[in-house]
Formats: sequence, structure tokens, C-alpha cells
Amino acid sequence: MERGTLLGRLSWQLGEVAATKPETARTKSITLDLPGWKGHRAGQHVDVRLTAEDGYQAERSYSIASPSEEAPRVTLTVERLDDGEVSPYLTEELRVGDKLELRGPIGGYFVWEAQMGGPLLLVAGGSGIVPLMAMLRHRAVAASTVATRLLYSSRSLEDVIYRDEIEQRMKSSTMLEVVQTLTRAHPPGWTGYSRRIDLQMLREVAWPVEQHPLTFICGPTPFVETAAARLVELGHEPARIRTERFGPTGENHGRK
Amino acid sequence: MSEDFFSRGFRGRRQKSELSGRLPPGQYLEREFPVLSAGPTPHTPLANWDFSIVGEVDQPKRWSWDGFHALPRETITKDIHCVTKWSKFDTHWEGVSLDVLLAQVDTAADYVIAFSDGGYTTNLPLEEVTGGKAWIVDTYEGEPLEPEHGGPARLLVPHLYFWKSAKWVRGLRLIDGDEPGFWESLGYHNHGDPWKEERYSGD
Amino acid sequence: MVENKLDGNAAAGILQEIFPFEMTLAQVTCVGCGTNNMIGATAAYLQAMGTIVRCPRCDTVLIRVAHIRGNYLLDMRGVRVLQIKEG
Repeated sequence: MERGTLLGRLSWQLGEVAATKPETARTKSITLDLPGWKGHRAGQHVDVRLTAEDGYQAERSYSIASPSEEAPRVTLTVERLDDGEVSPYLTEELRVGDKLELRGPIGGYFVWEAQMGGPLLLVAGGSGIVPLMAMLRHRAVAASTVATRLLYSSRSLEDVIYRDEIEQRMKSSTMLEVVQTLTRAHPPGWTGYSRRIDLQMLREVAWPVEQHPLTFICGPTPFVETAAARLVELGHEPARIRTERFGPTGENHGRK
Repeated sequence: MSEDFFSRGFRGRRQKSELSGRLPPGQYLEREFPVLSAGPTPHTPLANWDFSIVGEVDQPKRWSWDGFHALPRETITKDIHCVTKWSKFDTHWEGVSLDVLLAQVDTAADYVIAFSDGGYTTNLPLEEVTGGKAWIVDTYEGEPLEPEHGGPARLLVPHLYFWKSAKWVRGLRLIDGDEPGFWESLGYHNHGDPWKEERYSGD
Repeated sequence: MVENKLDGNAAAGILQEIFPFEMTLAQVTCVGCGTNNMIGATAAYLQAMGTIVRCPRCDTVLIRVAHIRGNYLLDMRGVRVLQIKEG
């Protein structure tokens, strides 16, 4: 799974906002031009730093949503947290043409590349879909046919990020299955699950243990812990389950 | 990276207030109560909880939860100041003064280390936790102190930066020579007076 | 109930300020329980005072990092052995 682990020094750079796109009522994708961006691997994140005029700073981590092939353009998808300090700025104030300070890519552990193989199980809770979507987008660009299942938990259909794209990929992609669960509200005629993830759901959706799948779980901490614990209960190897907790509220890695 | 860069339109969560004159240097006023943790939140059942004074004392002393509650209590209203620059005004606590607890031991030691469930420690001169300057508190804003804020009980030393107010405190160890605690041994100031901006070693 | 535990991957930023290696893949042996983990699989607690990395099995503090006025302070007493693959 590893390749060369020598890296350059991590340094801050300024990107320019090239485009913004609302994904749901609470989430927005922000595409940045990052000159000199040397690419990244699906699942990695960036640290974003905001500086007020008096020097006050706030820093947060955000997963990269775009595949590396789009460099020097990099897209982040940010969920606005009501009591957040950085996410409201990114989703409501930031405009095309603004500069944003960030550094990355960061994190070689929560990464999937096509050559790592599978079968692949991706388990997403809410905005935890972002790094997993980067993996799916990379998978498509790499024309990979690794057998992949995505289990995606959202509150309601309106909260499903990348909804159209996911549907489209399901139809056009070989060996990709997507299963959704809506935990608070579902439309009439809904054929997906309509509850929080649990042992039974994972038993039905996960790959058989004997196939030694690679699993990536991302979302709010309680979601990730439940999913990981239940998969281990089902017999999956802990070493082949990689988790990225977003923290109790989903606002990643608050620092400073 | 340019030192002059700032993010257009970003202010952060900070509140402007006519009370700002009450802030120590470099602090801003915070309405919420941020949670900073270096580890998992302990959950000690009250039946297992005790508070001890140990170390350089004639006789170590221990109180159970019930014993602790039999002691004279106070209500405390103080401003608190975190080294990460937020301050909160008029926080309300209830608990037992360290003067009451320390009166029950004999010691010639000059320093204490407060120790907590989960392994956290912080060090203080004895004179900084006596004379009405420190308490063991179990009630915040009229409610039992929540685990994320240090419940069932934490140390409260509001005249120093709040990392000295050890969450999940389980006792004091009296020592002859000063020993740096968890943050003091990682670059933070040994004393921590917000009015002198003693944030880091060497300040 | 707020629990601030994140995965070791969250410590990658601060560690990459210090080490020129992919530290989330580095292996750490815990002085508490002796188990071996990739840093990416440990528990990380990040807040403005510093970053604390703990053993996922026994919660022993493995690594503490503070970044203060242009200095990095690093306490790795909780790591018996740090193993890094050369790049």
C-alpha cells in the first residue's frame, strides 16, 4: 500500500476561487486554482487558514473532493455548520476571485488508488462522502473496474451531496453499486434503507469477509465508530478498515 | 507566504463588547464554552470517585463523593481566560475551597501537582491555590458539571490561564520542588498569569 | 456528548511540518501496551494548545506536539520505537 514516503516540506500557498457550486442547502463545492499544485491522492485533505485583518486566525481541515487529474484545480466540498467558525465563511462569504490560504495535500493513510485493488467498500455518513467521492472520481478517471460498493447515509434526499452525479455513475460505471440510507425522512416509494447504519445493514451490504475487502469509512465520529465496530463484529480485518472521523459535529479537525 | 495576507470579510466568532476593557491583554470575549481536550473523556462513576491530598503531607487525606459534599461549599463567580485567547465573563461555579481541603493536612511543601483521571497534570505554587484563589467545583451554571467540561469535578483557579484548572481532578500531590505538568513541560509558561500574558516558557 | 477523538491522519499536517516523511504510515510501538500501529490508525486529539497522539488500544500518550513562536516541541516518550520507511 505504501510507496515512496519522502515528502517535501508542507507550506502555505494562496489559491484563487475559480468557481463555487451549491450541492445541497448546507453544502457548497469550492474550486480553487492552485498554481504549482503537484497533484494529490484520493482521500487526502488540505488545511485551510483564514486570517482576519487584526491577525486572528482560524484553521480547519477539508477533504479534497476532486481527482488529482484536475490539478492545478482543486475542489473542496464544505458543509456549513451552524456554530462553525470557518465553514460559514467558506459557504456564505467566499466569492469567485477571492484568495484562500491552504496547504496540502496531507495524509497518506486514508488514501485509495486504483492499483490498491479491492473489492472496495466505502461507507459515508453525511459530509463524510467528500473524500470517498474523490476516490470514486479517481476510480472513474483511472478507468478502474475494481468492484466497489458505496453505502451512503444521509438525513434526507435533500441532504444527499452529489446526488445526480452518484446516480449517473451508478448507471454508467462497471462494478459500482451504491446503497443509500436516509435516516430522518424518505420519499414515498423509496427503495433504499431508512434507518441509521447497523449490524444487519452492514451484513447485507458489505462484501463477504473471505474477499478481504478494503474499507474506508468517513463521517461524524459516532457514525464512523459504529460502522467500524460492526464490521469488525462481522469478521472483517481491522487492518483493512481505514477510518476518518470528522469530529463530533462534522467540522473537521478544529485547530487554533 | 505574505505576512500581509488576510481573508476578505473574515472576522471569526469573536464578539465586540463594551466589556472588552475587562479583558486581559491579547484575549477576546467568547460567548460559548469551547472544549479543549488532550484525551478521551473519563467517566468515573461517583461511587468510585474520590479526591486525595497526598505527597509531602503528614497524613494523606481522602474524601469520597459524599464526604466531599459534606464540606462547606461556596458559589464562585469569575471571569476565566484560556491561553488560546478566549475569555468568558461571569462564569458561575459551586464547590469547595482548597483552603478547606488543605486545612485538613499538615505540610511544609511549597508546590502542588493537581492530577486527574486520564493522566493530566498541572503544577502550581501552594500560595497560588490558597487564600481564596482555588476550588474544587462540581456545579457549573447551576447544573452538575458535564464530563466534557471536567465533570464530575474539576479544579478551578480562575486567576491563572484555564489550563491550570485541571478537568477530572482527583487530587493534589504536595511536592517540595516544583515539577512541570502536562502543558508546562511542552512549552507553556510555568506560572500562567493572564494579566502578565505568561502564555509560553520565557514570557 | 462531545468527544474530540480523531484518527491519526488528522495529525498528518503538524507532523509533516516537522518530518519530511509520510508520518501517517510510520509505525509506532506503544510503551504502555507494546502494540504496534501506523500513526494513521492511532487516536489524535487536536486543539489550539497542541496535538496529542494516543495509542488506540490503551490510550497511552504516544506523541505530544506544540508549535509555539516558531519552535516545535515534540515529546515522543510514549513511543518505544518509531519506524519510518525511507522514501
